[in-house]
Amino acid sequence: MDTFQLIILLLDATLRTSTPLILAALAGMFSERSGTINLALEGMMLGGAFSAAAVAFYVGSPWVGLLAAIATTIALSLLHGFACITHKGNQVVSGMAINILMSGLTALVGIALFAQGGKTPALDKGSRFQPITFPGAEAVKDVPVLGPIYSELLSGHNILVYVAFIAVPAAWWVMYRTRFGLRLRAVGENPGAVDTAGIGVVAMRYRAVICSGVLVGMSGAYLSTAQGASFLQDMTAGKGYIALAAMVFGKWRPFPALAACLLFGFLDAAATRLQGVVLPGIGEVPVQLVQALPYILTVILLAGFIGRAIPPKALGRAYVKER
Amino acid sequence: MHQMHGAGETGAVQPAIELRGIDKRFGAVHANKEIDLKVDKGTIHGIVGENGAGKSTLMSILYGFYQADAGTIHVDGKLCDIKGSEDAIAVGIGMVHQHFMLVETFSVLENVILGVEGGAVLREGVDKAREELKRLEREYSLNIDPDAKVGDLSVGLQQRVEILKALYRGAEILILDEPTGVLTPQEADHLFRILDTLKEQGKTVVLITHKLREIMAATDNVSVMRQGAMVAHRKTAETSPEELSELMVGRKVLLRLEKDEANPAATVLNVENLCVDNAQGVRKVKNATFNVRAGEIVGIAGVSGNGQSELLEALGGIRSASEGKVELNGQDVTPGKGVDAAELRRRGVAHVPEDRHRMAMVTAFSAKEAAILGYEDDPAYQKGVLLDWNAISAATANMMSEFDVRPDNPDLKAANFSGGNQQKLVLAREIMRDPELLLVGQPTRGVDIGAIEFIHKRIVAMRDAGKAVLLVSVELDEIMSLADRIVVMCDGAIVGEVAASEANERVLGLMMAGVDPNEAKAAEGQA
Repeated sequence: MDTFQLIILLLDATLRTSTPLILAALAGMFSERSGTINLALEGMMLGGAFSAAAVAFYVGSPWVGLLAAIATTIALSLLHGFACITHKGNQVVSGMAINILMSGLTALVGIALFAQGGKTPALDKGSRFQPITFPGAEAVKDVPVLGPIYSELLSGHNILVYVAFIAVPAAWWVMYRTRFGLRLRAVGENPGAVDTAGIGVVAMRYRAVICSGVLVGMSGAYLSTAQGASFLQDMTAGKGYIALAAMVFGKWRPFPALAACLLFGFLDAAATRLQGVVLPGIGEVPVQLVQALPYILTVILLAGFIGRAIPPKALGRAYVKER
Repeated sequence: MHQMHGAGETGAVQPAIELRGIDKRFGAVHANKEIDLKVDKGTIHGIVGENGAGKSTLMSILYGFYQADAGTIHVDGKLCDIKGSEDAIAVGIGMVHQHFMLVETFSVLENVILGVEGGAVLREGVDKAREELKRLEREYSLNIDPDAKVGDLSVGLQQRVEILKALYRGAEILILDEPTGVLTPQEADHLFRILDTLKEQGKTVVLITHKLREIMAATDNVSVMRQGAMVAHRKTAETSPEELSELMVGRKVLLRLEKDEANPAATVLNVENLCVDNAQGVRKVKNATFNVRAGEIVGIAGVSGNGQSELLEALGGIRSASEGKVELNGQDVTPGKGVDAAELRRRGVAHVPEDRHRMAMVTAFSAKEAAILGYEDDPAYQKGVLLDWNAISAATANMMSEFDVRPDNPDLKAANFSGGNQQKLVLAREIMRDPELLLVGQPTRGVDIGAIEFIHKRIVAMRDAGKAVLLVSVELDEIMSLADRIVVMCDGAIVGEVAASEANERVLGLMMAGVDPNEAKAAEGQA
């Protein structure tokens, strides 16, 4: 296999591995830009993945599964909002509680329904999101350079991959070019300014966490009905946290967050590729080291290689009218 | 007392605002007691009262931030049901809050249109808003760049953004809550000129303040509040600061502090080229050089946030010096290695920090626990390895009687004392150790007038006992009445020093804005 083809394959895998991260990072951004810390991404992703797989299995449609996933994550977002926004609870604790709850609950319900040790039954073709082949992909396949880029790299992904990449400019537009985005950013910086402008702070924050729920639901559905073919216990394996890290790394902004997600996705893809490869002078790369790379990188990057990340000013603080 | 002014019952002109029987409780606190108030259209109406008199609560009710338990609000003679800020805005009320309600990461324009964007997509409204802003700016000479980031603007300009926000929303009535607390005297003057322009344009202004000088200078009418009740209405031209302060406090008060000439002796504190950095590595104090002698009070003046706090904290041993040195009676006590707050206390430096609740006491403690903070290892308070609570109670009772702390109950929780009494307890704790040097920051912040008088007298008594006193305050009046020498800071550096006898507000104001003292005096000479 020549180098070019290797790169194409690696980038192709990068797109697939970074998709759930992108959707979840955007989800985190909507919530955190409005002032609510969303550590629950991990648990919500897991809940979404389970609902999608279970419903898709019963109904036989990935789209209904996707809707179920989004419904689940919106419900979880509302729960998080109820604890943090309405009752001004500790946002970190609420997020962790949802993570622990979903880790156990998905397994419990999975065992009760399917008795396969927490897994959901494997989905057939019709119940999963299938790759979409772009028109003419076959024809241009052999054109040098551009051919493989079009037919291998760009074409042949499932719909959610494209949705994730379209979601980034869409989120940017909503955040910076609409009234909703202006108010959302304001409520995360100084809720008092929003309140005195005659806009409800609580309602605004709920709307933000609902947006967050929609996006993270898609990322959950992607894991179990697009990338995979069933739900596996704890299948998110920290992707929610990685997405959160990417969002912080991207300074709570859509495009930098996208870049961070692609970097993490690339490392993940490279880790798979590098397994068993013998590098000259180093020998065989230990699998564990490669797999740990994204996490090590997260720590290093967050520790200060990214310049000062200034979070939204009111992040983590419930709004209390001062006396 | 309830002499009302303005149009009569049948008069054609309705008052801009009329409040009838407004009543509000927060739990046990009766914040507003059956308040009646009329504000005439096209006037500047002052509301004065001490901290906690209920002024801000009343205005927050008018602006829809809180709902009154009873009473009605009438705007232009019409009964209004104000349930939230949006209702207040709808009837033409705008408010400039004491703590600005601005988003610092947004531009001026974005801040102004927040809530009245004029369409779901921003671009639709932004161009129209820009035109309207330009018109408002010209009309009221506000001098603001609509594209500047609010966080980069000075406090005075940020305040004008708040005014702009209200005007953009079509406010006919503008409420300003303690607007001059963060301004230099020159900025305050500019603000009052803007308010005059607003009045000329027929707008109504309500000015909440505890500064009588501003009431006398800027308002047409004034209402006085005390302990949640409205106690008097006056025409400003027919009243005096003395009468107003008496109405505010409920008894006669001495506005001017009487003190003798200082007799400064040997230098106690000597500061040379002191530099202090904050946790982010930003230099907050730049090459400060000054001294304080025994028997004098040196005041550090400056607009809040110009390095005074960091200077005071460094001298108190809470922050380390980055450069320079500090000497106490000739001995090196540069804060940093080996010289911390505890060591300085052992050497006779008493420190009353600026922020009472954060640094001077633990409000959840009882008074006697608060009264030994920092001195809890004093042998007098020990019984073996345990604290000697009998001795501590006795010592606290002594402090309380000496400093007139009320109620004089050493077991009462510190949070349950008023601000003035908390501060008296802190001062008693520090002053009664008989220190060589007293460092005191914002001694009367959040303290009622009666207690201010007492605290000022005790600080002067320290000086007269031959001790050195360093006073940091953002209240220029306080500095001018207490200090013998005034050191002015701006942007972390010492701009200059003037004798209190030669100081006046204009010169100090210019120096606080960074103008060299000689130039400031020259400018003053021309004025």
